[in-house]
Amino acid sequence: MSSVFLAISSFIILLMIMTLVRVIGGPTVLDRIVGVNMIGAKTTVILLLIGLIYDDMSMFVDIALAYALLNFIATLGACKFFRRSNRVFMEDEVAAEEAS
Amino acid sequence: MDLIVTILLSGGAFFFAIGTIGILRFPDFYARLHAAGKCDTLAAILSLAGIALYNLHDFTFGNILVSCKVLAIIIFVFIASPTATHAITKAALLVGVKPWEKRKGGRA
Repeated sequence: MSSVFLAISSFIILLMIMTLVRVIGGPTVLDRIVGVNMIGAKTTVILLLIGLIYDDMSMFVDIALAYALLNFIATLGACKFFRRSNRVFMEDEVAAEEAS
Repeated sequence: MDLIVTILLSGGAFFFAIGTIGILRFPDFYARLHAAGKCDTLAAILSLAGIALYNLHDFTFGNILVSCKVLAIIIFVFIASPTATHAITKAALLVGVKPWEKRKGGRA
């Protein structure tokens, strides 16, 4: 059963690396927030899988719970900040957006 | 028992993959948000349900407590993930991100 957990963890880490492409290259800041939110959801699952592999669930479940809470709060805070500042394109990408 | 856990975890990984493909391939911010929001919630809930079920393979008090905590994470994700998606959408709409339109012979 441990090999199944290892395989699923490796697959999810591969998907996290693919999501990182969108975080690095996304056109707007909000795209990056969506990507980071998605990576956070994957991290919650991976933490619990690590707990199962190392047979120490009682410690990792608390870490995963705290990580889920922090992920939600960070997303809300970033959204509120960028809604106030009213600017979702990075400095060097404004010109590219206006030119197109 | 092991079969059910494997099916749940594989379903979670499958929906994570769908969400990742959606977030990479869709042309527009709102479409990407659609893929990320739905697939992410479903995949996290499926995977966490599989983990909580596997954790009950021997029935001690500590294991039941840990499974209850995983259930708490499931309930929290079920409430919080759509809320976060809604907040991102509202921020994008108020800032003025334009929805994508299909142009005749234009760029995608």
